[in-house]
Amino acid sequence: MTASAPAPVSGPEKTSFREELRAAMREALLADDRVFLMGEDVGKYGGAFGVSLGLVEEFGPERIRDTPLSESGFVGAGIGAAVAGLRPIVEIMTVNFSLLALDQILNNAATLLHMSGGQVSVPVVIRMTTGAGRQLAAQHSHSLEGWYAGIPGIRVLSPGTLQDARHMLAPALADPDPVVIFEHGSLYNATGPAEPRPESFDIVSAAVRRSGHDVSLISHGGSLPKVLAAAEALAAEGVSAEVLDLRSLRPLDGAAIAASVARTHRAVVVDEGWRTGGLAAEISARIAELAFYDLDAQVERVCGAEVPVPYPKHLEDAAIPQVPDIVAAARRAVG
Amino acid sequence: MNRARKQPPEPRADHAPAAGSAAPHRAAAREAPAEPAVSEETKHLLELVDQMLLIRAFEERCVELYSSGTIRGFIHLYIGEEAVAVGVNAALSPDDAVVSTYREHGHALARGVPVDAVMAEMFGKATGCSHGRGGSMHLFDVQRRFYGGNAIVGGGLPIAAGLALADRMTGRSRVTCCFFGDGAVAEGEFHETANLAALWDLPLLLVCENNLYAMGTPLEHEHAQTDLAMRAASYGMPAWAVDGMDAVAVERAARRAVDGILAGNGPHFLEMRTYRFRAHSMYDPDRYRDKAEIERWRERDPIPLLAGRLPAGAADLQEMRERAAAAVDRAVAAAEAAPVEPVEDLYRFVSHEGS
Repeated sequence: MTASAPAPVSGPEKTSFREELRAAMREALLADDRVFLMGEDVGKYGGAFGVSLGLVEEFGPERIRDTPLSESGFVGAGIGAAVAGLRPIVEIMTVNFSLLALDQILNNAATLLHMSGGQVSVPVVIRMTTGAGRQLAAQHSHSLEGWYAGIPGIRVLSPGTLQDARHMLAPALADPDPVVIFEHGSLYNATGPAEPRPESFDIVSAAVRRSGHDVSLISHGGSLPKVLAAAEALAAEGVSAEVLDLRSLRPLDGAAIAASVARTHRAVVVDEGWRTGGLAAEISARIAELAFYDLDAQVERVCGAEVPVPYPKHLEDAAIPQVPDIVAAARRAVG
Repeated sequence: MNRARKQPPEPRADHAPAAGSAAPHRAAAREAPAEPAVSEETKHLLELVDQMLLIRAFEERCVELYSSGTIRGFIHLYIGEEAVAVGVNAALSPDDAVVSTYREHGHALARGVPVDAVMAEMFGKATGCSHGRGGSMHLFDVQRRFYGGNAIVGGGLPIAAGLALADRMTGRSRVTCCFFGDGAVAEGEFHETANLAALWDLPLLLVCENNLYAMGTPLEHEHAQTDLAMRAASYGMPAWAVDGMDAVAVERAARRAVDGILAGNGPHFLEMRTYRFRAHSMYDPDRYRDKAEIERWRERDPIPLLAGRLPAGAADLQEMRERAAAAVDRAVAAAEAAPVEPVEDLYRFVSHEGS
């Protein structure tokens, strides 16, 4: 990881996923002295993907804190600072690197509250880039959200819209428990109009991004734009697809999943993670548990191919869910 | 050094008199000793002996309770290493933080966590210092800034760095003390934390309890360089080795390190050369240690070593030992009578929402 993507040019009303993430951090830093950002190259470099560009100039190196390359050390330090009452935002460059900090995330952040009988709260927010699509090969491209979503004691968020990029951070920081936010690398340059925070905003509920009655396309994060494109293509064929954006991967909004399947009677689960034992498997099981008698077809899964993500574009494209795969799965479901 | 000093937590009625009572003396010693030095010193040494006896009695009772099947899990006994816990604690204030290991009964008791609460935790009872959720390896008492009880070797080190970082960022003049063993020095988390702490000048006291074995592996089989203090010094922090069987030497070293940290000189590393007289855990048949080696170390038992320094007639060791045993007796009786957590509360403390 050497180069940060250039900040996109934005018009007066247009914004980007990256800018919205940055605006959310800036707002949090201004609102609360306890908030600080720490991670590799978050300072003058601006973060590996440019998310924190300019923040060190505004808030200084104490609060926009560059760390050594020691994921376990600085993630653990973030956890310790949270235990002490601060509100750290810890940035990890990619989900693959987060494995070096998994001991701290699982054995400490997720566990201290229970192990101490409720005495030790860990209000830390950990942000990391996830996902493929940028030809970064097999150590920068995986989607391990499903692994994290299996850990009791942490909240796992996967923003897929500009609105969530902008507004998920504040409630995450207000949460007394650890929150892990996955930012899909392919979304940073996504642009659109800035949206205010809706009154009913939360970080618990799934959101219907498009209504439909023939099939539910259930997804999150970086796959969301592909799923919306697939729904558009299906509409042209006369198939009305509902798009459910999970937003929160732990806890899962089982009620919203069941309600959607009750409306459409068919489900396609789209997740860039590996298929076996993955997030899509969990969602499929939830559907079987919560909406079995509503189903008119078997649940379809569109997942990442079970390979380490390869470098060449044609193989990388083939390794992760694409619009035609989603459309094909929906067609199978609709029969 | 003009830190505002809080008084130590009020000892509970059922609390052994020694634990948690060393701090006021320490504060006095740092400022202006008002009493004649000799009697104060004797009084202080008696407190340390008392604390060590309580730890010893607690651990010996754990052996009995484990052998009878009353308590379960992994039990890592501190017998032989008591001087480290009581000596270091004597140099800490109640406002300082402690992060510990899975061999932490002694650290918790020296810190002043009530013996009743620690024993109840061994029993897995609701009155335990971690509501019974943690057991032997996960003792917590946030009121006393005792942050566990970490059973991942090296796993507490980054947390301790974070506690120290928070103090630094908020301008609080206090110390975070992290205990760990010689085995942890082989872990990446030790080196990541040492680097981070030295780089950021964190107010962190790193206390390595070098008992010469990482579970069953001798020091020279786990470290290419067995001079652990020298390795810590390579991070640019003051580091030195201490006779960990001598509570006075431990306290003196810890005070010097705490003073250095509070003077703004960043993290300090103390290699406490110590020895556990018992096996690694209650599961361990201790096949890897020479009996003669154990005997040699037993000759330097920290309790008689310190008691021997008291003026003649200053202490009735037998009476002190009985007092410690009685405190443990009361703790066992209280733990036996204490309620367990209801099974319906299984999901409690997983998150604040209780999900």
